[in-house]
Amino acid sequence: MNALVVRAAHKAFGPVKALDGAELTVPAGSLTAVLGPSGCGKTTLLRCVAGFEHLDAGEITLGDRAVSGSGRHVPAHRRGVAVVPQDGALFPHLDVAGNVGYGLDAAQRRSGRVDQVLELVGLAGYGRRMPHQLSGGQQQRVAVARALAPRPRLVLLDEPFSALDAGLRAGLRADVRAALHADGATAVLVTHDQGEALSMADQVVVMHQGRVRRQGTPLEVYRTPGDPWVARFVGDAVLLPGTAGGDRVPTPLGELALDRACHDTITVLVRPEQIRVTPPDAAPDAVAATVRGQLFHGHDVVLDLRLDDGTPVTARVLDRGQQLVPGQRVGLTVDGPVHAMPGPEPVAG
Amino acid sequence: MLLTGSLLAVAVALIPLVYLGVRAAEAGGERIRAELLTGATAELAATSLALAALVTAGCLLLGVGAAFLVTRTDLPLRRTFGVVAALPLAMPTYVAAFGWVSVVDGFHGFWPAALVLTFCSFPYVYLPVAAALRSVDPAVEEVSQSLGRGGRRTFTGVTLRQIRPAVVAGGLLVTLYVLSDFGAVALLRVNTFTRSVFTSFDLGFDRVGALVQATALVVVTLVILGAELAVRRHDTRYAKVGGGTRRPARIVRLGPWRAPALLAIVAVAAGSFAVPGAALVRWTAEGVSRPGSPAEIAGAAANSMGVSALGAALTMLLALPIGLLTARAPGPLSAVLDRLTYLTHALPGLVVGLSLVFFGINVAYPLYQTRWLLALAYATLFLPLAVGAVASAAALSPPSLEEAARSLGRGPWAVLRTVTLPLTLPGIGAGAALVFLTCMKELPATLLLRPTGMDTLATELWTHTSVAAYAAASPYAALLVILSAGPVLVLARRALTPGGTP
Repeated sequence: MNALVVRAAHKAFGPVKALDGAELTVPAGSLTAVLGPSGCGKTTLLRCVAGFEHLDAGEITLGDRAVSGSGRHVPAHRRGVAVVPQDGALFPHLDVAGNVGYGLDAAQRRSGRVDQVLELVGLAGYGRRMPHQLSGGQQQRVAVARALAPRPRLVLLDEPFSALDAGLRAGLRADVRAALHADGATAVLVTHDQGEALSMADQVVVMHQGRVRRQGTPLEVYRTPGDPWVARFVGDAVLLPGTAGGDRVPTPLGELALDRACHDTITVLVRPEQIRVTPPDAAPDAVAATVRGQLFHGHDVVLDLRLDDGTPVTARVLDRGQQLVPGQRVGLTVDGPVHAMPGPEPVAG
Repeated sequence: MLLTGSLLAVAVALIPLVYLGVRAAEAGGERIRAELLTGATAELAATSLALAALVTAGCLLLGVGAAFLVTRTDLPLRRTFGVVAALPLAMPTYVAAFGWVSVVDGFHGFWPAALVLTFCSFPYVYLPVAAALRSVDPAVEEVSQSLGRGGRRTFTGVTLRQIRPAVVAGGLLVTLYVLSDFGAVALLRVNTFTRSVFTSFDLGFDRVGALVQATALVVVTLVILGAELAVRRHDTRYAKVGGGTRRPARIVRLGPWRAPALLAIVAVAAGSFAVPGAALVRWTAEGVSRPGSPAEIAGAAANSMGVSALGAALTMLLALPIGLLTARAPGPLSAVLDRLTYLTHALPGLVVGLSLVFFGINVAYPLYQTRWLLALAYATLFLPLAVGAVASAAALSPPSLEEAARSLGRGPWAVLRTVTLPLTLPGIGAGAALVFLTCMKELPATLLLRPTGMDTLATELWTHTSVAAYAAASPYAALLVILSAGPVLVLARRALTPGGTP
């Protein structure tokens, strides 16, 4: 059962095409992350689903009910789609309980639902506080509880963590994900943060220029992005040209195993963590490279390397205390099969 | 809908200005030249501009000085002085002038008028500058010092530069205020444009002369407004970059300068508020004991409140669409509409009143000699106050709140009732109260437009002062000051709270 289906959605603001045939399917009970750079149309998509904007063309179906498309536009308050805006948008004149109970009728308010969702987001006992007495993270928790309270068909989260500092963000992400799952809610999270999308969502949808470029589980999207732009956007990527013959392809990094058989000019995706760095000549099939620099991240080190033919390569290695200095010679091997994407890499990503 | 309402409101607000232009054009170029190119007009212009320049300079000195002492030094009792320095705003200039006249014999002419106007209007500089000084990030000053600039060079090179927009805006307000002031210059018998226009008109023999002089005054006002706009375009906005909490600014130790500084600020407080205040108290005691006086005062107060309530209601009605438009659909068009309301706000009340008198006689005769025409004058004069209040109130209920409410299943009316109105009504109400009190104090337009026989607090004060009946005038003056003090205290507290709006 799909909670939300968007088909061929088009929406333009003057000359700007915010949505240009976007397609999206969200299974009930799942958390889907819509990931894209700013200006890719992801917020417009969310606002169209919520009913704040009218589609120019296309169709939006919630469960078995068409809410947008072919001249129909169900207003926002009859859709059962609750939003969690970027800044929380708590009602400043209502206390926490008043905010959370806003979408409930009097009987539901007395039923204990308010306390129930407050407990879900870890704010049991905060009902009498006013919004200005809460920290930014707590305000976002209340906004999530408020959206969950009326058991909507769909919860839409619009970059809800972007205004918080990094330390707070990780904990809040995990808690919000747990609360959504515990309540059985279907949710769509809009974000530009790859880490957030990959770590929180059951399904990731990558958007670019008003279209969905890739939809799949976080693992699928990361391992098999399908095109070079998506490959670069969801993580660090080494992209190499090659002409495949069956399930192997010769590349500047040696002959590599492909994740599928093909016979064409392709672009090969090697993730930096697939690259092994050894002393030169330690392995017979190692490719020689020179260290140009390194970025130390604590748990790992990202090495900037250059092959002898000039190809730049990035490798991510766990920090084991080995010292690599610029100019040092190393040997590179690649772990596991690499992802084959059709066509030569476009010049500009 | 909102746009139509805004256009209509601005059109109504522009009636006085447009009608003045129409009448002046009717008078013909020949006549205008004959009226304007005379020695008398040149003298009027010289007096008006000299007064405006002198008072502006004085206000910049007093305003910036007081703001600095109160926000950045270890002056004793600086919190109290912070509020006291704003109090002159509660003293309409004609009340202050009356206070001085009633205690100092022969207190009239150019220099006394400059003194009274400076004392009355320096808070227009003081309040924004104090707010700006509070909001200057001390980290910026610390950076300047860490780069090798001493305290004095940091103040002139960094701090003063950051408060410059506030100083310029305050100075402009003072200049426009002095040019449009009527009460003080009339009581202190200084021949400026406003007094001359009133005399020409009131004596009834030279209506075209009054019109032409009023138009000349409008042109001067527009030139100053235009100059300010040109200056501001070159001015950068000094936003704080990045987040983080602000610490309070460092305090300058006055050392041996403590006593002179204290003396100076006490002298300013005395001149601007204590002297006229004391005069009011003294005369009021005599004034209220006159037979028949309480009934007269009550009648005038009732009239004042009635016509001010009407004016405030009309002003809010016109302001609502413009304020909502600027808050919800900011764009070039709403900016222009907003600016246009300020244009009439900068017009002297006397000019607006005069234009509406002619408008009433020639175009809208059924309105002439009714409270409605006076209410229209108030609405024209004070529209920006109301628009500002509506816009900032609307900003308290941003669209994202209403969207969140709708996404939780509430229909448009329910959202209006449960979210939008509870958040915006207090601000709109405060705006209406401010407009109401400002209408109560208004003198020149009220003098020209009130229906015959209707006396208000302001006109009673005017009548009694003109015949030197100080005891009779005082109760009205005291009432006006008391009524004005409330909003001024609110304003002062806002400006002196850290992070307050300049």
